[in-house]
Amino acid sequence: MNPTARRRFLDLLFQLLAMLILCLALGSLAALIADVWSDGASRLSWDFLTGFPSRRAEDAGIWHALAGSMFVILVTGALAVPIGVASAIYLEEYGTRSLTARIIEINITNLAAVPSIIYGLLGLGLFVRLMAMGRSVLAGASTLALLVLPVIILSTREALRAVPPSIREGSYALGATRWQTVWYQVLPVALPGILTGMILALSRAIGETAPLISIGALTFVAFAPDSLFSPFTVLPIQIFNWVSRPQVAFQANAAAGILVLLALLLTMNAAAIWLRDRYQKKLS
Amino acid sequence: MSEAATRPQSLAGLAARGGPQPAIDRPVKIQAEGLNFYYGETRALEDISIRIHSNIVTAFIGPSGCGKSTFLRTLNRMNDIIPGTRAEGKVLIDGADIYERGVDVVALRRRVGMVFQKSNPFPKSVFDNVAYGLRINGMAGSRSELAARVEESLRQAALWDEVKDRLHDSALAMSGGQQQRLCIARALAVRPDILLMDEPASALDPIATQRIEELVYDLKKTYTIVIVTHNMQQAARVSDYTAFFWLGRLVEYDRTDKMFTAPAEKLTEDYVTGRFG
Repeated sequence: MNPTARRRFLDLLFQLLAMLILCLALGSLAALIADVWSDGASRLSWDFLTGFPSRRAEDAGIWHALAGSMFVILVTGALAVPIGVASAIYLEEYGTRSLTARIIEINITNLAAVPSIIYGLLGLGLFVRLMAMGRSVLAGASTLALLVLPVIILSTREALRAVPPSIREGSYALGATRWQTVWYQVLPVALPGILTGMILALSRAIGETAPLISIGALTFVAFAPDSLFSPFTVLPIQIFNWVSRPQVAFQANAAAGILVLLALLLTMNAAAIWLRDRYQKKLS
Repeated sequence: MSEAATRPQSLAGLAARGGPQPAIDRPVKIQAEGLNFYYGETRALEDISIRIHSNIVTAFIGPSGCGKSTFLRTLNRMNDIIPGTRAEGKVLIDGADIYERGVDVVALRRRVGMVFQKSNPFPKSVFDNVAYGLRINGMAGSRSELAARVEESLRQAALWDEVKDRLHDSALAMSGGQQQRLCIARALAVRPDILLMDEPASALDPIATQRIEELVYDLKKTYTIVIVTHNMQQAARVSDYTAFFWLGRLVEYDRTDKMFTAPAEKLTEDYVTGRFG
């Protein structure tokens, strides 16, 4: 084999290998969804979506958990996104390369890797007990906000760092203040990247179970939360609850619950991609 | 190196030695006195003293890394945004030291506009690019006033006729030369006194370069222009005065025709005749 043919062959080989691995990953996801679908699709109905838990599996619904998940995620986002983006802006645009800034940086990177149960224990001590929020939506959302904060900060910093320095220079050279430069030039360019990071972070939060169980989110509530201080449950906890029941009928409920959770997740991601594309189009 | 090389002659000194000084009657606009500049521990500028006169074009030439761009960027304190840098000495603009404590850098940069080597239009429309400086500086009261100022700036930058029908298209869709003239229009919109240009045509083709040079020639009626260039022909074509930098020092500063035909320093002669750099 001459060298050129050899190079082409290796190129082809690598391409095939990469495709194989991709198929493996997608295949296992598809198998998982197909399995859950065959178990739970028959339980999916309007009554299931709008119903409340029941001792009889066929009467049980998921509205309380779906509403709880959406409410908690909304509050989590409202808490974590402004704080996270602001922190990232400070570290990237204002913080000098000082020792303090570097220590903060290392800590944030480490925090992103802390197991979520630890955040749950922190939330229990800080929000539920010390700040007396009780086992409420607010306490749960605050805990999840702490959990995703490092992820939001890190991804926002990446997005800010990807903004060409020449844009900042151009703005400063016109007599813009630091804040004007960040607000009018840097943030709009970084926005698609920030949105992507935000959605990834919130997607992580929506699937979290451990920290919410450790702060004492209930596994059986018969109502949807109606205020920040209501007790609540979320989809993963409800699914966990159903899975641990011995009756087969509840297993079908759990599978249907998983489908609802997946649908919610995919809707969130689709919204993020749509938003990101819209802003990217506006800019170029 | 001789004493003359490290301490260049003042313009007054040159006048005393004879030779016509067409710009000497113009007031001094920028004056550096014993300016040193450091990137961390590295000294990038050594004891620069120079007087730059108003309403003429002054060119900075020299090999890469000689400090010409660094010096240009000390004139509107653009280097401040690079961490770990430090300036010592004085830079007076209209007689006031811009490195004095309490100087408003934001106001300084509005008065001292800058055009960069690589055109850097904002990823916005043509109109918004030019309007940005007016908006952030609160310089246009009404919409019609804003539109008038944008048009005026685009006309000054000889770009109006090309873009008047697509003011609201993205600036990034324009050609490289147009983008650079847009950056000039953007800088002119906030009505600076001084325009600093850091190799404004180095990334452009000859025709686009020619348009920029013509523009520079027109603009000096209104502005004091300082242009950094690595292109000696360009310096000879557009500038009235030329300063030659070498290893962070100002070697020679004189009328452009003299610099290119009869420089006082051997080093200058070697550089302008292409023997090094």
